[in-house]
Amino acid sequence: MMRLPAFTYAAPRSIDEAARILAGEGPQAMLVAGGTDLYPNMKRRQQSPRVLIGLRGIRELSGITGIPTTGLSIGACTTLTDLSTHRLVVESYPALSRAVRTISTPILRNMGTIGGNICLDTRCNYYDQSYEWRRAINFCMKCDGDTCWVAPSSRTCLAVNSSDSVPLLCAIGATVRLAGTHGHREIAMRDFYNKDGIRYINKQPDEIVTHIALPPVNGWSATYHKLARRGSFDFPVLGVAVAMWRDPDGTVLDARIYLNAVASAPVEAAEARQALIGHKPTPDLIAHASHLASINAKPMDNTDLDYAWRKKMVRVYVRRALNGLS
Amino acid sequence: MAGDRHRIVGKPIRKVDGPSKCTGQTLFADDLSFPRMLWCKLLRSPHPHARIRSIDTSRARNHPGVVAVLTGRDLPIPFGILPVSQDEHALCLDRVRFVGDPVAAIAATDEEAAFEALRLIDVDYEPLDSILSIPDALDPARPPIHDYGDDGNIHKLVSLEFGDVEGGFAEAKEIIEGTYFYGGNTHLAMEQHAAVAVPEADGRIRLYSSTQTPHYSHRALAKVLEMPPAHIRVIAPPTGGGFGGKTDPFNHEIVVAKMALVTGRPVKICLTREEVFYCHRGRHPVLMGVRMGMKSDGSITALHFRTLLDGGGYGSYGVASTYYTGALQTVTYDVSNYKFESARLFTNKPPCGPKRGHGTPQPRFALEIHMDRAAERLGMDPAELRLAHLVPPGSLTANYLKVGSMGLGECIRKVVEGSRWKEKFRQLPHGRGVGLACGAYLSGAGLPIYWNNLPHTGVQLKLDRSGGVCVFCGETDVGQGSDSVLAQIVAEVLGIEPIDLRLVTSDTDLTPVDLGSYSSRVTLMMGNAAVQAAERARELLSSAVAGKLEIPPTRLVFADRHVFDAERPEIGMTFAEAVQTAEAKFGTIGTVGSYTPPPSAGRYRGAGVGPSPAYSYSAAVAEVDVDPDTGWVRVQKIWMAHDVGRSINPVLVMGQVEGGVYMGLGEALMEEQVFRANRNGVHKFPSMLEYKSPTTQEMCDVTTYLVEDPDPNGPFGAKEVGQGPLLPVPPAIANAVYDAVGVRIDEVPITPEKVLKALQAKDRRYGPADLPPVTWPPPLQVATPRQGGDGRAIGRAIGRASGGTTSTPAAEPARVDGRVTK
Ligand SMILES: Cc1cc2nc3c(=O)[nH]c(=O)nc-3n(C[C@H](O)[C@H](O)[C@H](O)COP(=O)(O)OP(=O)(O)OC[C@H]3O[C@@H](n4cnc5c(N)ncnc54)[C@H](O)[C@@H]3O)c2cc1C
Ligand code: SF4
Repeated sequence: MMRLPAFTYAAPRSIDEAARILAGEGPQAMLVAGGTDLYPNMKRRQQSPRVLIGLRGIRELSGITGIPTTGLSIGACTTLTDLSTHRLVVESYPALSRAVRTISTPILRNMGTIGGNICLDTRCNYYDQSYEWRRAINFCMKCDGDTCWVAPSSRTCLAVNSSDSVPLLCAIGATVRLAGTHGHREIAMRDFYNKDGIRYINKQPDEIVTHIALPPVNGWSATYHKLARRGSFDFPVLGVAVAMWRDPDGTVLDARIYLNAVASAPVEAAEARQALIGHKPTPDLIAHASHLASINAKPMDNTDLDYAWRKKMVRVYVRRALNGLS
Repeated sequence: MAGDRHRIVGKPIRKVDGPSKCTGQTLFADDLSFPRMLWCKLLRSPHPHARIRSIDTSRARNHPGVVAVLTGRDLPIPFGILPVSQDEHALCLDRVRFVGDPVAAIAATDEEAAFEALRLIDVDYEPLDSILSIPDALDPARPPIHDYGDDGNIHKLVSLEFGDVEGGFAEAKEIIEGTYFYGGNTHLAMEQHAAVAVPEADGRIRLYSSTQTPHYSHRALAKVLEMPPAHIRVIAPPTGGGFGGKTDPFNHEIVVAKMALVTGRPVKICLTREEVFYCHRGRHPVLMGVRMGMKSDGSITALHFRTLLDGGGYGSYGVASTYYTGALQTVTYDVSNYKFESARLFTNKPPCGPKRGHGTPQPRFALEIHMDRAAERLGMDPAELRLAHLVPPGSLTANYLKVGSMGLGECIRKVVEGSRWKEKFRQLPHGRGVGLACGAYLSGAGLPIYWNNLPHTGVQLKLDRSGGVCVFCGETDVGQGSDSVLAQIVAEVLGIEPIDLRLVTSDTDLTPVDLGSYSSRVTLMMGNAAVQAAERARELLSSAVAGKLEIPPTRLVFADRHVFDAERPEIGMTFAEAVQTAEAKFGTIGTVGSYTPPPSAGRYRGAGVGPSPAYSYSAAVAEVDVDPDTGWVRVQKIWMAHDVGRSINPVLVMGQVEGGVYMGLGEALMEEQVFRANRNGVHKFPSMLEYKSPTTQEMCDVTTYLVEDPDPNGPFGAKEVGQGPLLPVPPAIANAVYDAVGVRIDEVPITPEKVLKALQAKDRRYGPADLPPVTWPPPLQVATPRQGGDGRAIGRAIGRASGGTTSTPAAEPARVDGRVTK
């Protein structure tokens, strides 16, 4: 079987303690929550931290507080199962509950956390492989090598942001709260990501994601459509999230569309949004907006399913998502 | 019903190994542990094709925990499953032939140490030009991967003609042509291969291995280790699925045995999932060209089948696989004249071999789509077309296969009725469709893997005065339920309960040889041997009991753990007393049974592949939804009827049918073993997450019909079920996609992008264009039974093949006298 490399495990009891250990150990340390992403990567030697700082013992990181009219605050270590079944989430943020339920399997969701999900390592099928396999391709830029085999001329890694919660959290305007040895800060979810498969999140090495803040529920509705090969286990090869604000007469006040799994960061379909604002979503307008959205997506040949087909699916999935909300 | 006479056979009783599996008590090979045991890891090649210049293991030897290191020099003798393809080494000697080919082995005190030490072995490779596709392999300018074979990278070339194919085409009213591709896929058994070798004090060795064929591993070990077979004991613990992936002798088995001999300590290896992908031996990718001549009533006057197999880096079962892509086309619908040309090619990829259906799902896919096309061309219903031209029971096909019982007609009628085919075919709304396909499979190969005239299986019984019976048989239960079949048959004949039996199986020291769990042979062959052994025991008991009771032995009944007079049931004794009576009369009671298949009718070269004591038949209707926007195919339901001859245990038979549907569904829609030509020919995704196979969410509903048309050659009439029901699934789905949206997908897997491409294509089709040119040798000519042939070849046609070489006479006493005329 594949085995984990040796590491030291620290189990801090508070956010401050965790931040101190993280700052003290430097780059050889990593945080671990559910471990459902990190441990498989470690077995394949994609990541080989010497020190793991387990966050599950920090009580303040788990659980959901607040009320929908002013917004909810979700602790980073809240499991995906707890999040998706929480009464307030199911009732007031049903799209989030459904998006989280599309993640992998029920068993994985019992272990995986929302903090881990938004910090999920980017994915690429030249990279999510054992050390020996990667040695056979002479490694790649993201780990142990220097060329990107997906696009050898590319100077950045094009590994894919594959989280199912991220596009929806971006669309509804969620924010991320971070804590480090230098204090706390809050950043919009959509600004948390970089178009760079290696430095894919804007997080300082000593920072910990403590909470995800959901905006108040004030008249918007949202949806998430996931494309994956199978009904369980699989990462998205396309995720489409839409949040829409509409006038009582049906006119679109705002429509934020985010695509995921087509780039290293969630992609906002800004032109589609502009096309929709101020209009009533007729089938023609929806078709037009879907077309505009599909221009933004440039899937690469590094996930499951044919990439040219995945590109074609963007239009179909955006259309279906918009239809669902109109 | 015939089964009403039986108490145990035909009854859905609990699997004998069910409770221990459900409660986690079963010990698989990886569960075994011995004192002082070492862990073994293999260093594998990162190159698809390279020469090994040198290997330096000194750094690895000095790594803490490392006890021994082996390289190819320590195990220089080649092996392979087929006598004609002894082309593998336990560790590559001087050449690596695919990414994943093992080159060195390390045994250490723990698995981590062995794993870390792998990186300390320095191998100097000289990379060679690699062959990654069928056209590459056919290019004579490219370097050969092996120094044997039929020509360059053509491992095996076959050309056979039964009857007069040109004449058949001349008679035809319609000639239908098609090109098909069946993508490669792998077994994906739940259990990853594991093996533990234990040295014994007197220089002998014991190997536990997750294998379907302990007998063949035993032979390979004796050969490579240069030890008398009697000093090697191979035990197959309960195996967590095989599907053909554990039927070859494997390098890791030989390596741990050698390690144990070298170190004097038990040595264990458990492959990672990635390594299992490298063991492979799965479905050959096959490119196929089909040309079929038909009269206006649909009778097949001529069939010309060409297949090109992408074999991977080694021979494995490949020569047999090659013939299997041509053998069984004739056992379903009557084919008057048949020509088969095939080439298996070496490529720098993990070796292909037998996967459930071994070499037959690919041509069956092509043939069944072809029949669907033919029905449309002739304006006939596809079910009616097939029903009108079934091979009659008890007949001899054009290629000399003896068909016994033949329940395909009943199978077709069952699924047509069950699915309400007549109301649905070509009548469902756009996007929904139904498709029909059939299949047939062997109940055991008529010939063994290596030539011998010995029985294929044996069963030995030891009857005890306590009333218990110990059953010894080399058969290997890989989950399919062969232990239960063995127990049910012996218990039935002796009138006792399965729980009264102790089974001792798959142990080369303790059990009579059984060739293994492959080619769907176990129920028929082992079953016949078990019947024979049990009947012989019953005779001994009858004779002793009849003497004591002073009644004729023919009046005795064995039932409910008693032996009694049929006419006066109160007169008799318990089974234990009956054994005691017999033991007093004859001494210790033991009997044996064995089974050898009947001789086959064909006597031409190549006739060894295809004959079987009995053929199973299946028919399926699939109902699918196709999303025209995305090309996504969702299989809603499959109706499957299977002619099993007679079910020994109907629940186990249904389990095999449903499992076959599941596996066929995966092959049809998503499973695909693909390699990155741009990156050294690596396997694109050797993991269970990215190599896609269906989950319960994708599994369709299945309605199963068991058709029981007892076969005279089967025990209680039983035929196979382990492999056959997979065959109709992929073509039934392809035909249903056509019915749903009017596009032909002539290759598997049928992925959404292919469907979408076909929907946008002018010819409304997705599939291969044509076969690359091959210089076929002139065919070996065999006159069909209808032409008065005797099963022997009558020679090779001269100069008929374009660019064909001069004719070589057949090995048989052949008259090289050209073609047959009618
Ligand atoms: C078979 C399989 C299928 C999967 N399918 C899906 C899927 O369909 N959709 C999907 O979205 N995901 C999927 N995942 C990915 C992953 O398991 C989930 O995203 C999960 O939510 C990760 O959470 P975790 O707590 O287990 O993360 P971990 O593995 O503990 O951590 C993941 C990363 O986040 C960092 N991290 C964790 N917590 C924090 C924190 N509080 N602050 C800063 N950094 C942190 C870690 O250092 C690590 O780099 C799948 C994983 C597997 C193995
Ligand atoms: S996108 Fe390129 S650099 Fe990034 S992981 Fe894939 S191959 Fe490596």
